[in-house]
Amino acid sequence: MQLQLSEEMKAFREEMRTFFTTEVSEEIRTAVAEQRELTKEQIVESMRTLNAAGLAVPHWPVEWGGRDWSELQRHIWHEEMQRACVPAPLAFNASMIGPVIAHFGTEEQKAEFLPKTANLDIWWSQGFSEPDAGSDLASLRCAAVRDGDDFVVNGQKTWTTLGQYGDWIFNLVRTDPEAKKQAGISMLLIDMTTPGVTVRPIELIDGGYEVNEVFFEDVRVPAANLVGDLNGGWTIAKFLLGNERVGVAPVGATKRSLARFKELAADVIADDPLLRARIVELENELLALELTALRVVAHSTDGEPHPASSVLKLKGTELQQAVSELAVDLAGPASLAGGADDATGSALDPWARRVTPTYLNFRKASIYGGSNEVQRQIISRTILGL
Amino acid sequence: MDFSYDDEQEALRDAVRGLVGKAYGDYENRRQAVAEAPGFNEKLWQQMAEMGLLGLPFAEEDGGVGAGPVEIGIVCQELGRVIAPEPYLASVVLAGGLVAAVGTAEQRSEVLGALAGGERVLAFAHDEPGQRWSASAAGVTASESDGGWTLSGTKEPVVAGERADQLVVSAALPGGGTGLFLVDGSAATRTGYRGHDGTHAAKVELDGVTATPLGEAGADVTSSIATVLDIGRVMAANQALGAMQYSLRATSEYLKSRKQFGVTLNTFQALTFRAADMYVSLELTHSLVDWATMVVEGGDPTAVADAAARVGLQVSRAGRHIGQETIQLHGGIGVTAEYSVGSYMAHLTALDHLLGDGGHHLRGLSAAVMDHEDVDPLTVA
Repeated sequence: MQLQLSEEMKAFREEMRTFFTTEVSEEIRTAVAEQRELTKEQIVESMRTLNAAGLAVPHWPVEWGGRDWSELQRHIWHEEMQRACVPAPLAFNASMIGPVIAHFGTEEQKAEFLPKTANLDIWWSQGFSEPDAGSDLASLRCAAVRDGDDFVVNGQKTWTTLGQYGDWIFNLVRTDPEAKKQAGISMLLIDMTTPGVTVRPIELIDGGYEVNEVFFEDVRVPAANLVGDLNGGWTIAKFLLGNERVGVAPVGATKRSLARFKELAADVIADDPLLRARIVELENELLALELTALRVVAHSTDGEPHPASSVLKLKGTELQQAVSELAVDLAGPASLAGGADDATGSALDPWARRVTPTYLNFRKASIYGGSNEVQRQIISRTILGL
Repeated sequence: MDFSYDDEQEALRDAVRGLVGKAYGDYENRRQAVAEAPGFNEKLWQQMAEMGLLGLPFAEEDGGVGAGPVEIGIVCQELGRVIAPEPYLASVVLAGGLVAAVGTAEQRSEVLGALAGGERVLAFAHDEPGQRWSASAAGVTASESDGGWTLSGTKEPVVAGERADQLVVSAALPGGGTGLFLVDGSAATRTGYRGHDGTHAAKVELDGVTATPLGEAGADVTSSIATVLDIGRVMAANQALGAMQYSLRATSEYLKSRKQFGVTLNTFQALTFRAADMYVSLELTHSLVDWATMVVEGGDPTAVADAAARVGLQVSRAGRHIGQETIQLHGGIGVTAEYSVGSYMAHLTALDHLLGDGGHHLRGLSAAVMDHEDVDPLTVA
């Protein structure tokens, strides 16, 4: 047992800290710090800055830009990035389809897609959920039927995050309607400019348009865009969702957010023992979560996630939500002024006007990435054997 | 940064687990041990001495083993797993810790040697009626005349106070501050009783009894008491962790075996989800306990105080959650004294209030919450 980082890891942490705080655009980092929505261009610029330095996809195979880091290094990279308010590399590219293509793709697919995926030359969307297939993903119905050298796709996807920016979509489709539900699924890579693909943005309770419905009507997709085996899509989906869960606990970002609100609302907090107690509880739980994340990375071997990683997703999203809720309470009546912007000449603090949309938006966190109820199911079945 | 035990630590854990498991693996043995004074198994205490456990924290020149907080934490976790009633925290960690912290070289060697060898049981007589988890004494006062010291007043509750051969007593000094004194157990008037979790404690009345100053006579040692109490909090957290680990395992096993409506209880998601939440509490607690133990290893008293408060808050919250849910998920059998799990909750409740509960720690941390930007576990210690 040893608390301190080794000298080598301290140096690594310093290297990351220096890069993130000096090489990534100040304007972008300020926008993240103030929880403002980033433009597509800002997300692309940030990821390209990281990619140019070899810091966008460190967990990929080395030949495709990976760094062969230890789990601890990857953890430090991720934490320092959040601490410096650098937007994480686009998850659909870096954490989802990239590792899938690197693991299951053909050599042609790797050469065609991986460099563009790492550099965000292609913006990927995720075509998983459907109106009748949420947590029960395997009941999906979007169908692909072989026709000559193509598949013809018909059906609908939903909750496609940032699908309005998408160039390509990795889509789970049913290729064998007769098979048991998990056994008849495949993964197709679909160019979203193909005729028959329609994207409809969905307005959310925070007033933004973060998710979309995607409709497929007789969309012809070359058979060469099948990833892995025909009807082998469920294995790929499980691989992808397993990767999604790692790093889904935003410990660094939540800590940074809490520290920021402490500073912004220091006067309110100083006069209120109940707020101070609430902040202590949050700081303590974040400390326990951060230490749990360190224990998990220290004990992960061969990329197999530690069983406690479900704890990270579950508790991490709860704390993310709790801090966003605290922020609304700190803002008080100013939190009502969500529609006011600088142009209207609002007399209220900008931060206080932004907290409620964030609070409302973060309700998603306990739903996506395997809902927190799915995480409880994983814990009770896999870990406790119930 | 490393959260794993080395080979020697693993061997220590296995040895302690084997020893206390043999004594208390059958819960009925624990029940019998706490039924009557002294409230623990004297034979096991001797075996612990032979294994070197009673001298673990103390320097070799004082008759100890010179091990660190991680090793002591391992012992406490294993004692917690079987809720062993042996007064390890009271006698070794607290009373022994104070002798090591402020005693003269001669006192350290004489007292700690006897403690480590199992020849003498110590107790720390500190709590007083009307006091709540303070590092100083008020109700027991020390007086000096003709170069000799006497103590008067009442200490209660004193864990292992009736059985103790020697008491380490805190007392208000004539010139202000708190001093520590050694008092022969038999010199005090002691009324022993059995606590709700089986831990034996006593009222200790001191009526002008002769006492030997521990360390420099008349010196205010409040800060040393505070630090030893903080170390005690971290070790109590280790003990509570062991008790929580057992509680969740027992609950999981019970859900898999107990049948109602013709099926085992793990068929019901309302129950398994609650067990999952217990696991979340347990893992978060485990992380904080390991961390706080490593902060004690670092040795900075300010950092240790902060870590003790943080782990104390977490253990208080988690101990109540896991203790209460363990009983609820067991149903009626959980509240019987004949079955183990109810006593685990009782013991967790006792540990919660031994050195400061969650509210106590929350109050202290709240006062300082605006003094830092955030809490970085790696820059402490």
